[in-house]
Amino acid sequence: MKKTLLVLEFTRFVITVGIALLIGYIFLLFSTDKPYEAFKLFLTGPLTTQRRFFEFLNNSVPLMMTGLALSLVFQAKVFNIGAEGQLFFGAFGAMLFALNFPQVSWLHLIMTLIGSALFGSIWAFVPAFLRTKWKASELVSSLMMNYISYFLVLFLVNNYFRDKSAGALVSYRFPQTAWLSVITKYRLNSGLFIAVLLSILMGLLIYRTKWGYQIRVIGVNKKFGLYSGMRTMSIMFWVQILSGAVAGLAGGIELTAMYRRFVWQSLPGYGFDGIIVAILARNNPFLVIPSALFIAYLRIGANIMGRTTGVAPEIVIVLQSLMILLITAEALLEKFKQKAIAKEAMKGE
Amino acid sequence: MKAIEAVNITKVYPNGVVANRGVNLSIEQGEVHAIVGENGAGKTTLMKIFFGIERPTSGELRVFEKPVHISSPKEAISLGIGMVHQHFMLVPSFTVAENIMLGIEPKKGFFSVDFKKMENVITEYAKRLNFEVPIWEKVLDLPVGVKQRIEILKALVRGARILILDEPSSVLTPQEVNDLFDVLRRLVQDGLTVIFITHKLNEVKQIANRITIMRNAQVVGTYENREVTETDIVELMIGRKFEYDIKRERREPGEVLLTVKDVNYFREDGAHIIKNLSFSLRAGEILAIAGLEGNGQKEFVEILTGLREKAEGKILLNGTNILGAHPKKIRQMGISHIPEDRIEVGCALDLPISENLISDRFHTKPFSGRLIYRKRQVLEFGKKMMKEFDVRAKSPTTIVRMLSGGNMQKVVVAREMTNSARIVIANQPTHGIDVASSEFIRKKLIQMRDDGKAVLLISTDLQEILQIADRILVLYKGEIVAHLKNENITETDLGYYMLGAKRQSDEQIKESMKV
Ligand SMILES: Nc1ncnc2c1ncn2[C@@H]1O[C@H](COP(=O)(O)OP(=O)(O)OP(=O)(O)O)[C@@H](O)[C@H]1O
Ligand SMILES: [Mg+2]
Repeated sequence: MKKTLLVLEFTRFVITVGIALLIGYIFLLFSTDKPYEAFKLFLTGPLTTQRRFFEFLNNSVPLMMTGLALSLVFQAKVFNIGAEGQLFFGAFGAMLFALNFPQVSWLHLIMTLIGSALFGSIWAFVPAFLRTKWKASELVSSLMMNYISYFLVLFLVNNYFRDKSAGALVSYRFPQTAWLSVITKYRLNSGLFIAVLLSILMGLLIYRTKWGYQIRVIGVNKKFGLYSGMRTMSIMFWVQILSGAVAGLAGGIELTAMYRRFVWQSLPGYGFDGIIVAILARNNPFLVIPSALFIAYLRIGANIMGRTTGVAPEIVIVLQSLMILLITAEALLEKFKQKAIAKEAMKGE
Repeated sequence: MKAIEAVNITKVYPNGVVANRGVNLSIEQGEVHAIVGENGAGKTTLMKIFFGIERPTSGELRVFEKPVHISSPKEAISLGIGMVHQHFMLVPSFTVAENIMLGIEPKKGFFSVDFKKMENVITEYAKRLNFEVPIWEKVLDLPVGVKQRIEILKALVRGARILILDEPSSVLTPQEVNDLFDVLRRLVQDGLTVIFITHKLNEVKQIANRITIMRNAQVVGTYENREVTETDIVELMIGRKFEYDIKRERREPGEVLLTVKDVNYFREDGAHIIKNLSFSLRAGEILAIAGLEGNGQKEFVEILTGLREKAEGKILLNGTNILGAHPKKIRQMGISHIPEDRIEVGCALDLPISENLISDRFHTKPFSGRLIYRKRQVLEFGKKMMKEFDVRAKSPTTIVRMLSGGNMQKVVVAREMTNSARIVIANQPTHGIDVASSEFIRKKLIQMRDDGKAVLLISTDLQEILQIADRILVLYKGEIVAHLKNENITETDLGYYMLGAKRQSDEQIKESMKV
């Protein structure tokens, strides 16, 4: 019984992806004269060379972190979707610590990462506080905070931390003691291990601690939580702070491992992709791991396709939206599922 | 002529629960047909199939002797079927008229609603039924009895020839039930057909022409009213012998546990909802608050349990004023609460039964250590509770949304009656629960009293109050109008006070409370 359900659940996923791909293929038909090659690159690109494979893994790191941050707040039905701004501000925090903290090996790196988490939660604190104190919609305020973060950080970095000897608008280079190591000559971001570990930890937090139990209860019915004697306001507040720390850390990891300076002149967009990752994972931190890998795979596949064949990588955005839409619209196989269950249930008795 | 027939209907829910198994039912036109059965027997499911909310897995439906497929409430309505749900579906901020005509408003020109015509239509229907409804008032704070009439009008205006009522009487007072029955009789005289679900068997005997009994997803049989007694019905429902045997021995109550002093409450719009409420609750007694719905009970219970803010006065528990305290503190100080609204307040519908059962004690042993939440222990506990309180579901991991109304209520009751609180606030504790389980819960309440706990029972079910309460307060328009010992009083006596036709003097009430 359980098994048939699982099989159906999986079949549904495969069919949905299949349909999305088919539609994507049709799109390709119109945008290139070699649709087959382009499509093949899109699907298998990340697996064709080691370099591409590591590129795909590296891309999944920030997605996993922001997806994780958002799955936490979504669990409590809090819509603080400011992961983008938190990541940006967290990256700024990492830069401050990296450039100013004494260069003691390990300690420097750890402080830098903690600094990014701290700055991330400071950024999440504002919407959380407004919500708790004045019932202001955290959805609106967290979105606004994204832009404030963007302009504020750029202003500070470009005016006070800019490395004038570098050819671009970037900050001074971080000292080596604040580097997060990259592995192999293809530069695998070792933050991947942090992200995976953190996802597992957060999964345990949500499903295996009393704090997580309360988050889940409040996410389903806040009134019931209050009635049962939970401090709903304080839990909703702290979950936002925690989520901000994770998002901030995403920024810290990205800078200390991949760039070693502050390099962004525009919002990198991981915070928004994180929303997709969280939805796809159904807000389950454990599932954030495969979900982020999946999205990163699509992204890199599309980049490779774009680089090699000249098809606009924007196509991937269309594809991605399609998949999310189809996968979240669960109704597709519902009918088949219902029939199978009915049969099983009647047989069993 | 047959109004509606179910032929060999089977319904299997997506999670594999068989709610109807080969059900055959045939309702004659112009009869009141009662459907009874234990919680989870499949009554609501069958009605949802008639009304197009659920599709049968197999089987056939016939309406006025024609085979039909009903795939939406819209189709059901066009076939002449109307349904009043157990949980009303009205828009609180709309007026009565707007609610009744929602979606079928008579138009004047292209955009504007023809209010005159709207009023005419409604008054005409209302007159035929001898109803009184405040047409231009907002539905918001109307008493349940009135809300129900609105629901019935809503169905009739849409041309219902067959009216389905799912537990219409479970929160009505006896007077309101009588009114409802008058209406139903009049409808039947007009040739309408009424299908009526209830757990109150005296009502069934009073109003039904025929009775269908369901057990465990199947129909046990359909009987003429005179063929069966109440006891027969119960025994057919549960499939074994059953005796009403609630005994309540007289007991001297112990020390005062809770003192309510001069509580006043004004709603945002300025209405004076609770007026100078004062009383005390002792260990080892069941104190009932009787009253028609909408006389301040709901607000008072919310104030008492910390769910409503901004009341004046004092509520003393162990010498501490708990008025305005956080529910967490109130619970810690030993107050447990069965809320009136199980769906909005009493459950997390999308969590499993087991996790709903521990929401007030998840942080204690054995469910949690310092940090860790022990899933296995929670499941074990869930299993145990389901057995003790006879919650019918596949397993403790079933989410509460998939339970029948009565089984949801049992989950709430199971939680609130098994914590270590010394005071239980029980607001309609047996709401929607079947005969046998209601007996069980009432016995349990009496046993808690005997163990030295205090029970504050808020109920519109006067039989329940007279059966188990030691003392009774009657609330009318937010005021205590009577304080009675439960000795030789009848439903009629209480009725006078509840309707405001009679009241004790303030001195009398004060005097009688002193003892
Ligand atoms: N949406 C659903 N999904 C899965 N199972 C359901 C669903 N709704 C009801 N059930 C199950 O179907 C069975 C019959 O439920 P139903 O609501 O018809 O009972 P009922 O006779 O109306 O009971 P009650 O007197 O408690 O209202 C129950 O076992 C219930 O758990
Ligand atoms: Mg029901």
